[in-house]
Amino acid sequence: MIEIKDLHKSYQMGSNSLHVLKGINFSVKAGELVAIMGSSGSGKSTLLNILGMLDVANSGEYKLDGVTIKDLNETKAAKYRNKFLGFVFQSFNLINYKTALENVALPLYYQRIPRKERQEKAMKYLEMVGLKEWSHHLPSELSGGQNQRVAVARAMASEPKVILADELTGALDSTTSYEVMDLIQKINDQGNTILVVTHEDDIAHMCKRIVYLKDGVIIKDEKVKQVRASEYV
Amino acid sequence: MFSRDNWKEIFETIQKNKLRTFLSGFTVALGILIFVVLFGFGNGLINTFDDFFGDDATNVFYLFPGRTSMPYKGYKSNRQIEFENDDLADINKNFALFLEYSTPRISRGGLVKYKEESNNYTTRAVGPAHQYAEKTIMMKGRYLNKEDIKNKTKYAVIGRLVEKDLFGTSNSIGEYIDVAGSAFKVIGVFQDDGGDREERYIYMPYTTRQLIEKNTDKLDQIIVAFKPEIGYVGAMAFEKSLDKFIREKKYISPKDQNGLFIRNVADQLKQNQQFARVLQLIVAFVAFGTIVAGIIGISNIMVFVVKERTKELGIRKALGATPRSVIGTILLESIFITTISGFVGMLIGIGILSSLGEKLKDFFITNPSINIGTAIFATILLIVFGGLAGYIPARRAARIKPIVALRDE
Repeated sequence: MIEIKDLHKSYQMGSNSLHVLKGINFSVKAGELVAIMGSSGSGKSTLLNILGMLDVANSGEYKLDGVTIKDLNETKAAKYRNKFLGFVFQSFNLINYKTALENVALPLYYQRIPRKERQEKAMKYLEMVGLKEWSHHLPSELSGGQNQRVAVARAMASEPKVILADELTGALDSTTSYEVMDLIQKINDQGNTILVVTHEDDIAHMCKRIVYLKDGVIIKDEKVKQVRASEYV
Repeated sequence: MFSRDNWKEIFETIQKNKLRTFLSGFTVALGILIFVVLFGFGNGLINTFDDFFGDDATNVFYLFPGRTSMPYKGYKSNRQIEFENDDLADINKNFALFLEYSTPRISRGGLVKYKEESNNYTTRAVGPAHQYAEKTIMMKGRYLNKEDIKNKTKYAVIGRLVEKDLFGTSNSIGEYIDVAGSAFKVIGVFQDDGGDREERYIYMPYTTRQLIEKNTDKLDQIIVAFKPEIGYVGAMAFEKSLDKFIREKKYISPKDQNGLFIRNVADQLKQNQQFARVLQLIVAFVAFGTIVAGIIGISNIMVFVVKERTKELGIRKALGATPRSVIGTILLESIFITTISGFVGMLIGIGILSSLGEKLKDFFITNPSINIGTAIFATILLIVFGGLAGYIPARRAARIKPIVALRDE
């Protein structure tokens, strides 16, 4: 699903150049649930941003579902993001004046899906994350865990090839974190490919494979025995 | 870009961000409102100036005798000049080519009585042509005629308010009123657009007044009207030669400022109209300034709106919004708000102007109004510049990388 070869990324900070990613080689097959682990500054968020086409690499090759991603302008990147990717962020990033349902329906709006179909689909995904009754509430009226589940539903709504989650439990307490991870595992069970960036060991071990990143290189890439989050809930 | 779905999205955003919508709409509406009202006031000012002269003929000179302030040809200074009947006759004879009509005027105040009612009024002893000079409109009966002048009849033409004061609702024609001790028969009632003051005059033949005053031949004022076809330049030349003629006849120094006064209505009208035009220009300039201030206001709000929405736009971009759709969303929203509120402001302004009508006449503003074309042009100008002002920050927002926009708190 994802293939990366010799990926380099550096940031220009005044006269200094900060080399963040120093040749990443890495691939993800369909249906995998991968955790990218590392301390802050290891380059894990940068890697995820490049995978999410929110940022561009300096050199290297990136293939997503067989499509080579390069020379993107904003319009093209927006179309690929809409078609291939679903995002879940640490700070939820829901639009605060839209209801849960409208937030979930938003990616479908950009896919030019008719309004009625959009709402039906959005409702289906909200139901899946267990928030059907909350569909007409604003994010400010929902708890953190509920907001993150809305965000997961939104990432799912466009039926992407890959879901990218950046510290998705970072703003949640551990009980809520496990609930959200339980949801992620269930979605993965249905065959969706998911990449999770985290620095928390327990969250990483709820995935099927952990990639350890340190100072811009992969130091370890291992399959692990998955811990089911439902055991903790 | 203009699909129903897009509009729905924009309406939702507008509905759910009421304060923002109100602020930008209010700025635009207020800008247009002030523009329309100011511009209308400017026009009202011009209407007032036109009105001032509308109740009198404008092709008229008023000649007033004065008191000399310098000696001339053996005559001492400080000599009171007086017009006499033969002065009027000489003017009529010498300037027949220019003259349309002429009339003397002798004004006297006096107590006027009818039965139990009495009041003080100004009487004006005049010739028949005075009706044209003052644009007197007859309501009942007739004005003074040549026969009245010749026979020195004791006839009076009274103003509408004189009739109302003395006669109430009963008919005044044919009744006798007592004017300072002499009985006059009322032969006509008039009205005048010049206002209440003008409708409290009583007109009588000037020869009758002279007879009452010991058969004198003195005149207070002489009013002469020139033929309109001689034009502005001709009128100026006429005024000059008239001035010269009377000064020679009455032995007034050509340099004496006080011996003779000529009030040239045409010249005054022209000057006042120029003054009004300048005023309107100033008002238009201020009104234009309001529009510019409105444009700056809406620009500021747009910059603020885009700044406030940076994170939202970042989220939208992460979800697949193209730069074009980001610009479109912001721009359509701003154009929609400015259009609606611009036209609302315009209509309110026009409503205010038309409801004012004559109410501000005391402040020299009569029937303020604005040309619909001008109002619409100003509104569209504000919409276009409001759109442009929205486009620049919108384009910048569309260029921000989503990763940067998402970090914005």
